[in-house]
Amino acid sequence: MTEQTGQTEQAQQAQQARERIVGWARERYEDLSFGHARRWCEEFQAKAIGHLPVYAPREIIDAAGMLPVGILGGGDQLEIIRGDAFYQSYICHLPRSVIELGQSGRLDFLSGVLFPSTCDVIRNLSGMWQVLHPEVYVRYVDLPQSDDRAIAQRFWEGELRVLMRDLGRVAGLAGPVSDDALRASIARYNDVRRVINELYNLRREMPWTVPTEELYLLLRAGEVVPPELFIEKTRAYLEAARATPDRVRDRVRVVVTGAFCEQPPLGLLKTIERAGCYIVDDDLLVGNRLLVGEVETEGDPVAALARAFVERARETSVIYEGDVDGKRTLLKRRAEAAGADGVVFAAPSFCDPALLDRPMLKAGAEAHGIPCIAFKYAENSAQFQQFREQAGTFADAIKLWGGQ
Amino acid sequence: MSQASKGEKHEAAKDRSMVLQKQMIAEHYERLERAPETGEPVVYTFVPGNLTELIRAFGALPVLPEINALQSGMRGRSRDFISEAERLGHSEDVCTYVKCDIGMLKSGNIGPTGTRLPKPDLLLLSYTGCYTFMKWFELLREEYDCPTVFLQVPYQGDGKLSAEHRDYIAQQLRGQVIPALEKVTGKKYDDTIEAELKRRLALAAKAEDDLVAVLQSAKKKPSPIDAYFGGVYYIGPIFSAFRGTEEGVAYYEALRQEVEARAAAGKGPITPDGPLDKQDYRLVVEGPPNWTHFRQFWSMFSDWNAVVVASTYTKVGGVYDFGFRHDPDDPLGTMADYCGGCYTNLNMPSRIDMLVDYIEQYSADGFLINSVKSCNSFSAGQLLMLREVEKRTGIPGAFIESDLVDPRYFSAANIKNRLESYLQMVDARRAERAGGGGGGGGSQGAEARP
Amino acid sequence: MSESVRCSVGIDLGSTTTKAVILDSEGHIIGRGITNSRSNYDLAAAVAREEARISARFGLLRKEVERSAGRDVLDQLLKAFRLSQTLAQLARLHALIDDEIDRAVASALRRPAHDAVTLIVSRIEDEEQAWFDAPDERAGDRSDFFRDAAGSAYMRFAEEIGDPIGASFDLLAGLYDKCIIRVENEPLELGFRDHIGSALERIGSPAAVRDGIERAVSVTIDEVCTVGTGYGRARLPFPKEQIRSEILCHGLGAHAMFPATRTVLDIGGQDTKAIQVDAQGIVTSFQMNDRCAAGCGRYLGYIADEMNIGVHELGPLAEKSSRRIKINSTCTVFAGAELRERLSLGERREDILAGLHRAIILRAMSLLARSGGVEEQFTFTGGVARNPAAVRALRQLVRENYGERTLNISPDSIYTGALGAALFAHRDVTARAAAAPAEPGQQAGEAEVQR
Repeated sequence: MTEQTGQTEQAQQAQQARERIVGWARERYEDLSFGHARRWCEEFQAKAIGHLPVYAPREIIDAAGMLPVGILGGGDQLEIIRGDAFYQSYICHLPRSVIELGQSGRLDFLSGVLFPSTCDVIRNLSGMWQVLHPEVYVRYVDLPQSDDRAIAQRFWEGELRVLMRDLGRVAGLAGPVSDDALRASIARYNDVRRVINELYNLRREMPWTVPTEELYLLLRAGEVVPPELFIEKTRAYLEAARATPDRVRDRVRVVVTGAFCEQPPLGLLKTIERAGCYIVDDDLLVGNRLLVGEVETEGDPVAALARAFVERARETSVIYEGDVDGKRTLLKRRAEAAGADGVVFAAPSFCDPALLDRPMLKAGAEAHGIPCIAFKYAENSAQFQQFREQAGTFADAIKLWGGQ
Repeated sequence: MSQASKGEKHEAAKDRSMVLQKQMIAEHYERLERAPETGEPVVYTFVPGNLTELIRAFGALPVLPEINALQSGMRGRSRDFISEAERLGHSEDVCTYVKCDIGMLKSGNIGPTGTRLPKPDLLLLSYTGCYTFMKWFELLREEYDCPTVFLQVPYQGDGKLSAEHRDYIAQQLRGQVIPALEKVTGKKYDDTIEAELKRRLALAAKAEDDLVAVLQSAKKKPSPIDAYFGGVYYIGPIFSAFRGTEEGVAYYEALRQEVEARAAAGKGPITPDGPLDKQDYRLVVEGPPNWTHFRQFWSMFSDWNAVVVASTYTKVGGVYDFGFRHDPDDPLGTMADYCGGCYTNLNMPSRIDMLVDYIEQYSADGFLINSVKSCNSFSAGQLLMLREVEKRTGIPGAFIESDLVDPRYFSAANIKNRLESYLQMVDARRAERAGGGGGGGGSQGAEARP
Repeated sequence: MSESVRCSVGIDLGSTTTKAVILDSEGHIIGRGITNSRSNYDLAAAVAREEARISARFGLLRKEVERSAGRDVLDQLLKAFRLSQTLAQLARLHALIDDEIDRAVASALRRPAHDAVTLIVSRIEDEEQAWFDAPDERAGDRSDFFRDAAGSAYMRFAEEIGDPIGASFDLLAGLYDKCIIRVENEPLELGFRDHIGSALERIGSPAAVRDGIERAVSVTIDEVCTVGTGYGRARLPFPKEQIRSEILCHGLGAHAMFPATRTVLDIGGQDTKAIQVDAQGIVTSFQMNDRCAAGCGRYLGYIADEMNIGVHELGPLAEKSSRRIKINSTCTVFAGAELRERLSLGERREDILAGLHRAIILRAMSLLARSGGVEEQFTFTGGVARNPAAVRALRQLVRENYGERTLNISPDSIYTGALGAALFAHRDVTARAAAAPAEPGQQAGEAEVQR
C-alpha cells in the first residue's frame, strides 16, 4: 500500500518535473525577443552570435565565450510588418520573419550572424544583412560540398580557421579562439549530441514516452541556451519521461523529413501525431546532430571538427550527395533504422532544397515499398484540417494494408 | 502581338553576326546529334562557371541545359514540358528551367533546333552561384547512367574571391574535374592538352575583348545596342559552347564591326519593331528576361523608345567589363577566377555596386528589376537592391515580376502597366526638373514643349 | 451671346466604375460623372463624360442661381433634374419589361405580369416624387446609380406584391434582371437639355433661375484636351500621349485634393498601389501588388461571400471586435479555409474579421515600405478607404511604424484618378498655350465641386 502510494507520488513528481521542463522550453521557444539569451549575456558580460539553419559550427562560438543563438524564424506568432516589404510572394516565409526580427530590433543583442549555405535565399540574406546591419559581424559560411574528402577537408578547415580568427576578434580576445577552448567546447557539444541521441533513441523505442511536441520544444530551447543548461534540462527530461510514459496507442510509425530550415508550426507536428502517427525519426533542427559520433578532443581541434563534417555528416538536402545510390536508399535506411512504417514529407512552401529533393527521395522510398505522403507548410500555417485528414488516412491505410 | 509579328519582318537577317550565330548553333546541335556515332564525348554543364575551353581541349562537346530550357521557352514548348514535370511530381514552387529540362527529356529529348540531344558521358556540375544546379544534376543523374563530377565554387560572401577559395577551386579542377574528363575522353591531361587549353583560353580572351567593346558601346548616345534584349543574343555564343573557339572569335569580330559601324553612323539597335534610333529612355536592367514572351516584352520597351544600356543578366556567364580576361598563362587559376566572378556568385553589396556603377557609367535615366519567380539566386533580395540603388543614385527604379519559362507567370497587362507607369514617371520628373509644366505628356508630349 | 468654356477632361476607366472630371481653363473642377464600367468601356466613358458635362453645366449656372435665387433653390433644381432623369429611365425600364413579358412570358401570366409591373413602377414613381417633395432630402444624398435607387425599390415592391400563383417574385425579379442592363447601357435620355426644362417646370419656373439656365444651356463646353487613365485605358480610342497611367493620375489627383500629400495608398478592387509624390504631385516612386490579388478589395469581397454578408457590412462588423484574431493567410484561396476552420473552432466572426482587415492592411504596409514609407501627409483612396475597420487598422499600423501622420480620406476619393487625368490634360493645354501666342482669355463662371 505504502509502496504503491510512494510510486504514485514519484510518478506525480516526475510528471510535474516533465511539465516544468517542457514549460521552461516552451517559454524559450515562444520568446521572440530572446529575453533569456539577453539576460544570460548581461549576467555573464558575454556576447552572442546568431546563426541560421541548417548547420553552423556552434562549438567555435561557444569556445570564444559567446552564446550561440539559433535563428529559426518567427513561427506562427510573429506578425510580419516589415519583412514582407523585402520579399516577393514566391519566396518562402522564413527570411521574412528573420528580417522582421532584425528590423524590429529583436536581434540587436547579437554581435554577429552566420549564414551557413542552405539555399540561395539564405545566401542572399547574408548580403542583405551586411547592408541592413552594417554594425554586426556577418559571415556567409560555405559548407564543403566537394566529394573529394582531402580537398573538402582542407577547404573546411580553412573556413573554420577564419571563424576562429574572426570570432576571437568579435569576442574581444587577444587573438583567435584558442585550441584548448575549442577542445573543451567540442567535448561539451559531444555531450549535447549524446543527450539528443538519447532523446531520439527513447522516442524511437517508446514513442509514447516522448511526444514530438515536447522533443521539439526542448531542441528549440537548445538553440538559444548555453550547452550545459540544455544538457542538464534534457537529462532531467529523459528521467522524467521514462518515469511517466503515456499509454501505448494504436499508431503507425513514421519518419518526418524535409523540415529543416523553415520550421513547421508546432500545430503541424501535433496534428501528425494526433492523426495516428508516432514520429520516430525526423530531421527537425538536424544541424544539432549533423555530426555523427564523437568529434575527437585530442590533437588539432579545428581539423577534428572539419573531419567530423567531411567524413561523418548526416545526409541533408543542403549537402551534395556524391553517391547516386546514397540518395536512392536514404529513406529506406532511415525508415529501417527507426522501424518506421512510412515517410511523411513535410516541406516548406517555396523551399528549393526540400522540394527539389522530394521527387528523388520519394521515388527511392517507394521503390523500396515504403508508403509516403507529402505536405507543404509555412512556418505560420494556421490550418491543419487538411493535414489531419491526410495523415489520418495515411495511418489508416498503413494499419489496414501495411501501406501501398 | 501585332507589333511582334510585324517585327518578324524586321529581323536583322542582314546582320552577318546573326547569320553566323544561327549557323554555329545549328552546326553544334547537329554535331551533338551525331555524337553517338562519331564517338565525341558529351559533357553537360551549366552556363555560370562553364569550363568550355577545358571541355573542348579534351575534345568533348558541351551541352547546356539552361540554354535548352530557355530555347524551349522561346519556341513555345516550355508550358508542356513544365506540365509534364509537374505531373511527374515536381513541385509548382521550384525552378522552371529544371522542370522544362526534365519535361523535355521525358518527351524525347529533342533539342531546340529539332535534333535529338545525346546522352551525357559526364555531368560536370559546376556549382556556381545557384543552389538549384546541385539538385538539377542530382535529378539528371537519376536519368542517365553516367558519372557526375562536382565543382564547388565558393560564394563571394565577403565581396571578393579569397586566395583560399581560388585555391580550392583550382584543387578541385586538378584533383577531380580533370581526372573525370580524362576518364570519359580517354585522354591524359598532358602537355598537348594543356597547350590546347592555353590556346583556347587565348581565343576566349580575344572574344571577351570584343564582347566588352560591344557592351560598352552602349555608353554612346544613341546607344548602338540594346544591352538586355539584344544583349542576350550577343552573349549567346560566349556563354554557351563557343568560348575559346575560332567560330566564337569570328562571331565577336563580326559583331563588333557591325556595332561600331552603327555607332559611327549614330544609329540605334534593331528591335522587333524596327530600328531604335530615337531613344527617349536609357535604362539599366537587373534580372533575367522572360523567355516565353520575349518579343512582346521587348516591344513594350521599344514602343516607348526605351533602350537598355546595361544589364546584369548579360554577366551570368562571366563578368568581363570590370577587367577580367581568361589568362592562358595560368590555366587553372584563371578558370577559378572566372567561375568565382560570375554574376550570381557575387554578394548583394557587390550586385548593388554594379547596378549603381552601370547607372552612372552609362548615363541611365532609370533602372528596372525583372524579378523572376524561378530564380531565387537572382530574386531573393532584389527589393532591397531596389531600395539601395534608389538611395544611392537618387533615381527611382521599377519592379516587375515574371518568370523564366513558365508562361503562366507572364501577365502582359500587368507588366505593361507597370512599365508604362514607370516611364511616364521618369518623364514627369524630367519635365519637372526641366522646369516645364511638370508631368506633361509622354515622350511625344515632352518633346512638343519647347 | 453664346459663350464657350475651354475645358480639360479626365476619364478614369476603372474595372468597376468609370469616372470623368471636367476642369475649367483655370484648372478648377466644374463637373464630374460616374457610371458602372459594364462590359462596354467606350460606352462607359461616354456616359461618364456626359454626366460630367451635365454637372459642369450645373456648375456653370450655380453661381448665378445661387446669387439670384439662393442655394436652396439650386438644390431643388438638382433634385428635380435627378427626378426627371430617374423617371425617364424608369419609363424606359417599364417599356423594356413590357416587351419582355410579351416575348417570353407564358400567355396566362402576361396580364398579371403587366399589371404587377405597372403597379411597381407607379409605386416607385410615387416614392421618387415623395423624395423630391421632402424638404430635408438633399440632392447629393442618393446613390449615383439608377440601379441602386430604383432597383432596390423595384425588388422591395416586387416582394410585396408578388403572387406565388400569378406574377411571382421570381418572375418579376427575373424580368428586372433581364432589362436593367439594357437601361444602364443606354445613355439616351441623359441629355442636359432634355431634362433641365422639365426640371425647371417642376420647381415652378422661377424667373431668377430661368435666365441662368438659359445661359448655361447655350454655353458651349469646349473640350480642349482629354486624358484617359485607369485599368481599361488602353481601350480608350485616344492617341498615346493622351493616356496616362493611373499611378501618375492618382498621385496628381491626391495632390490636388490634399496639396500636402506626399504618400498615397490606393486599395481598389483589383490592385493596391503605394505612391510617393513630391510637392508638385509628381510621382517619385510607386509599388503595386504582385500578380497575386491577395490584400486587394477583391479579397474582402471573397470573405464577404464566404460569410454570406454584404461587403459593406464587413467593416462595421469588424469594428465590433473586442479581441482581434491573428490571421496568417492573406492568400485569397487559403483565407477561406482559415476562416472556416476558425469559425468551426468557435471563434467570433467580428474577431476574425478584425484580423482579416489587419492582414489586408499589412500587405499594404509592405507596399508602402517598398515604395519608400509613409511620409507626412498620407492620403488613402479607393473603395477600401470607405471601410472603417480597414482605416482603423491602417491608422494604427502607420502610427506604430512611422509615427503620427495626417491621414486624409476624401469622400470624393473615387474621383482621384479622373481628377489627376484632367489635371494632366489641363497642364498639357497650359503648356501648349504657353508655347503658342497668347489667346484672348475667356473665363467660365467659377464653380465648385458639387453632387
